[in-house]
Amino acid sequence: MTPALLDIVDVSKTFRRTRTEVVQAVRSVSLTISAGETVALIGESGSGKSTLGRMALGLLKPDSGRVLVEGRSLYDLSGADLRSARVAMQPVFQDATAALNPRRTAREHLLQALAVRGAATEDQAAALLESVGLQPGSEYLNRFPHELSGGQRQRLTVARALAPQPRLIIADEPLSGADVSIRGQILNLLLDIKRERGIAYLLITHDISVARAFSDRVAIMRRGEIVEMGPARLVLTQPEHEYTRHLLAAVPALPATRSSIARPGHRCAPGLAR
Amino acid sequence: MSGNILELTDLTFSYTSRGRTVRALDAVSLFVAAGEAVGLVGESGSGKSTLARVALGLTPAQFARIEAGQIQIDGRDATHYSEDDWSRMRGNPVAIVFQDPLSYLNPVMRVGQQIAESIVRHTPELAVAPRVRELLELVKLPAVCATSYPHELSGGMRQRVLLAIAIACRPKLLIADEPTTALDVTTQAEILGLLAELRRRLDMAMLLISHDLGIVAQACERIYVMYAGRIVEWGSTSAVFETPAHPYARGLLHAANADRDSEGRFVTIPGDPPGVGVAPIGCPFALRCAHAMSDCTKQMPPAVLLDQASGHTVRCWLHRSDGAGGPQG
Repeated sequence: MTPALLDIVDVSKTFRRTRTEVVQAVRSVSLTISAGETVALIGESGSGKSTLGRMALGLLKPDSGRVLVEGRSLYDLSGADLRSARVAMQPVFQDATAALNPRRTAREHLLQALAVRGAATEDQAAALLESVGLQPGSEYLNRFPHELSGGQRQRLTVARALAPQPRLIIADEPLSGADVSIRGQILNLLLDIKRERGIAYLLITHDISVARAFSDRVAIMRRGEIVEMGPARLVLTQPEHEYTRHLLAAVPALPATRSSIARPGHRCAPGLAR
Repeated sequence: MSGNILELTDLTFSYTSRGRTVRALDAVSLFVAAGEAVGLVGESGSGKSTLARVALGLTPAQFARIEAGQIQIDGRDATHYSEDDWSRMRGNPVAIVFQDPLSYLNPVMRVGQQIAESIVRHTPELAVAPRVRELLELVKLPAVCATSYPHELSGGMRQRVLLAIAIACRPKLLIADEPTTALDVTTQAEILGLLAELRRRLDMAMLLISHDLGIVAQACERIYVMYAGRIVEWGSTSAVFETPAHPYARGLLHAANADRDSEGRFVTIPGDPPGVGVAPIGCPFALRCAHAMSDCTKQMPPAVLLDQASGHTVRCWLHRSDGAGGPQG
């Protein structure tokens, strides 16, 4: 049996706030992601979801427990092994403006990320830009982050994440900063990447409608623990845990829109709409 | 008297900075009647927060200018109000709460004192201490919170403090500008519930400004949809949500629902929202619209009433008052 892409086993993390006050951010959480799978980690602020994401990325060492990347224990690796494990997972963050260097062009951002895999060329960078919908790529190479719109900036961070050819993207609230009309564009981009490249996602989000539409499995986190986990369709329609029910009830429902959209291929499939 | 607490008529408003003029509101008409809950939705840069500030005279006088139109507050013409005139309107009849309570509360002043300021300013005839207790009770905060500093409270509690300050002056209209955007969904639900209860108990109208269509659908009877400084569609919430007429409103609703098309792709609105102050000739949405025709880039379409009972009105060339319009959706 091939090992799971990412296997988080019983990890815990405690932060010390003051001399006496400690915060248990994550309490013995286990989570497995297989190749090509999309898992949404849902929780409110302070639930520990970002801490778990950072531990999965190798950015924060857990107090106890293990993080296995394709069977290898991430925090026991060093040198070339550690680099190759890290290349397998790439992050996309919420605030694209903060995640990009304002003094570097799109070319510099991408060449640096491509260099992880060896010699990088400008053509590869341009191709990456086109793969995230920034066409023609050559035109965007010389742009600085401030010369891009919010949606384009998030596309650039996705292109950078794709550069080392990862097998898993860990996206921490990638849509929170985006307007509603842009959100669908970024979701479609993530969907295309998943279909074309078979990349797995750990999507960290507080947005239940996004999790519902996008993920195969969901894990609901509260106060450092995963309280419920299972297929998205099941957990988000027939929640077992009281907290999940409470969370779902708090999401304001939209009345059903009766209009269809005249443009072909732009129609809402009735089976998929809420 | 019309019974409207707030009424904007064809209001065109611009900011000028370094010789550049940016039109933030373009011929905007909107009203809020006594006691009703009205929603204003739009994306960032659409001008919805500018509208809130204009309605309270909170725009910087040296940069801001009303080019045309009229503001009426509680039956009085406020279009040419001075700062002194405005300061008499704030708190009562119109009060406001903002998105980020932390930046509107004084960090080194106890919460009770900050609520008291508002009481002393607007209702000096009342005994302050009992009124502070009463207000805290109204927003469902324990009385001990009066001695807390803002940093000691959670985000939801801070928003309650801001609400207590706003209702201290017994406003007829509360403008809530993204009041729950910084909060978690469960806290958001509590604040929305509190807003509804306060409206009932104090017989207060509300203008709820949000990018979140869900909370507006839940809380408001009528809704206005804004795009690039213009109001493109309005009417009863049920009419606009069930049969959106403007292509932008339709796209926004599908996007908010994370709806997918027959190929399993998310329904989106192509392109980017226009930058602030980009004022194209004609309909501002034409550049992103799948139904754009030659008329769209020539002239802003007039308002067309679609349904008398719900007041459902749209500004789009697809809907023409003579009934000779294009596809009706």
